[in-house]
Amino acid sequence: MNDSGNDLHGSVEALLREDRIPHIWCPGCGLGSVLHSFLTALIKSGIDTQKVAVVSGIGCTGRTAGYVKLDSFHTTHGRAIPFATGLKLANPELKVILFSGDGDLAAIGGNHLIHAARRNMDLTVICVNNFNYGMTGGQVAPTTPISGRTSTSPYGNFEFPFNLPYLVSAAGAVYVARWTSLDARRLEKAIMEALDKRGFSFVEAIAPCPTQYGRKNKQPTGLAQLDYYRTASVIKHGADPKDVGIDLNGPITVGKFVDIERPTFSDMRADTLQKAFAPKPKKEAAGAKAQ
Amino acid sequence: MSKNAPLEGEFFMNGDNACAEGAISAGCRFFAGYPITPATEVAERMAERLPEVGGTFIQMEDEIASMAAILGGSWAGVRSMTSTSGPGFSLMMENIGLGAMTETPCVVVNVQRAGPSTGLPTLTAQGDMMQARWGSHGLYAIIALAPSSPQEMFDLAIKAFNLSERYRTPVFIMADESVGHMSEKVVIPSPEEIAVFPRRKPAVPPGKYKPFQPDADLVPPMASAGEGYNFHVTGLTHDEKGYPVMTAEAQHKLVKRLLDKIDLNKDEIIELEEDGIKGAEVVVCSYGISARVAKLAIKSAREEGVKVGLLRLITVWPFPDRRIRELAGKIKAFVVPELNAGQIALEVERCAGGAAQTILVPHMGGAVHEPRTILEAIRKAAR
Repeated sequence: MNDSGNDLHGSVEALLREDRIPHIWCPGCGLGSVLHSFLTALIKSGIDTQKVAVVSGIGCTGRTAGYVKLDSFHTTHGRAIPFATGLKLANPELKVILFSGDGDLAAIGGNHLIHAARRNMDLTVICVNNFNYGMTGGQVAPTTPISGRTSTSPYGNFEFPFNLPYLVSAAGAVYVARWTSLDARRLEKAIMEALDKRGFSFVEAIAPCPTQYGRKNKQPTGLAQLDYYRTASVIKHGADPKDVGIDLNGPITVGKFVDIERPTFSDMRADTLQKAFAPKPKKEAAGAKAQ
Repeated sequence: MSKNAPLEGEFFMNGDNACAEGAISAGCRFFAGYPITPATEVAERMAERLPEVGGTFIQMEDEIASMAAILGGSWAGVRSMTSTSGPGFSLMMENIGLGAMTETPCVVVNVQRAGPSTGLPTLTAQGDMMQARWGSHGLYAIIALAPSSPQEMFDLAIKAFNLSERYRTPVFIMADESVGHMSEKVVIPSPEEIAVFPRRKPAVPPGKYKPFQPDADLVPPMASAGEGYNFHVTGLTHDEKGYPVMTAEAQHKLVKRLLDKIDLNKDEIIELEEDGIKGAEVVVCSYGISARVAKLAIKSAREEGVKVGLLRLITVWPFPDRRIRELAGKIKAFVVPELNAGQIALEVERCAGGAAQTILVPHMGGAVHEPRTILEAIRKAAR
């Protein structure tokens, strides 16, 4: 990095809890890189960081909340989205950002994910997808590609995975993008756009888990996984989300897939209540008309 | 009545509605819930009333989400509540633990129905009393109140919010279907007459604030998100800064305080109703609808000449150990009618420690006791 990334280095550090370093993430893990993209995007967006709350669930990605020097909440497994919903609704001035993993958001938290998208809740979700449960030792996830090996799919995964951009766009997300952690700049730009978007925005960040998923699937180092991303990534802005599923070692379609306008939960609520509480026309006038 | 203020005056309303009004009078301005019989009316009332007083209602996708959402609402600085019944209470348990661990003030209303499982959705029971104390995993203390009337649904909603702020803990209102659906006169005082315990805010600037550093009474002041404190909150075992610490020492220090902040303040928390205890040879110890039914049996027993008193538990958790022990030394027996197979009776028996007999009057739920069954137990106890 030789431009604004370096200029922002000090600012990024200021948003990290350096007294919590060393972090728990493995060598070669993609989380540090995605976190850097997020914090850079946050700084560049100009959002008042004192009004930002970061909410995570459980897992390696869930630990992110503990490393950012912002109001941050490390909640229960799968429940980051409803917790964030409460934060946002009780104080609409807050910018509430979810930073969590694929297992947390799409398996145990899958119901909350689709309902927040349906409501178009004003939340930004950064979903780090490493295709498995890293923290617990690399088990099969709802994102593991067919034939992917994990400790609970030792003969190869035979469950069809979720295509997350397709899932959230079908449920109602207004902004959906996917990049790999290798594409740090494009990921950063997507996160900036997501932060700027009113409503439910979703950025999927594909990231290496060499210790667990990579090792079991012939990409035993972070570098090997990044090399796969380099050769397999295909940029296709505006691709139909239904076509962006990921096969084992297959192409990874990246880009911005959805960027639409739709009233948010708060818009719809305010509009409905405004109508409901508007002064009613006088009764006698209505009666006269009926005659 | 003003559309923009809490109600005031005399009303005829059911317990569920009274509970919602009590919450509003206590300053609750965020409610997240999920429909479930026999608690639905609490949510319905909040859906209608909260927008009138500038609050926010949301019907979540399930009770897990409802509980998570009110924790979020509370950390945004807004008094928050949810309501449910047995099956939903079970689903809320994990995030109730998060609320206990992160010391998040909030109120959970459980209008109990008969279980296990789907049980008798429309019919009364008191089968969740032990679940209220122990339902989430690990070690924590909790506060639970048991209303006996619609008026008390109102009054205890206010008390529940005040206790939750005072001790930074989830507080349960353990109602039952009978009380939730019963309609009676409810007197709502003017806002000036209602004491509301304010959230204890940090007295130090952001750089010095440790979100889990307790005051002398073991309760830490609480900042809200967006106030510039940049605090971290986690369900992991943590130190006073809120940072995870994975050691037995940190676990002991934190969890011991979570238990002590309730246990050592029992005298301030516990509220009991006592009637005719002095000189009694038998004391009926009960709560909720069962205590009300017991009053009829007590009246009959007194007419027969039995010296019988009533000890009604308004606060069920923390349990009034000391009062039960005191009484045990003076009476022959406790009679404990409850709509379960013996939950609070076990606590009474434990505290009595053999000094007085404990006679359970069980009922599997679906209806209230016949007063006769309680009367017979009183007679037996007096023998």
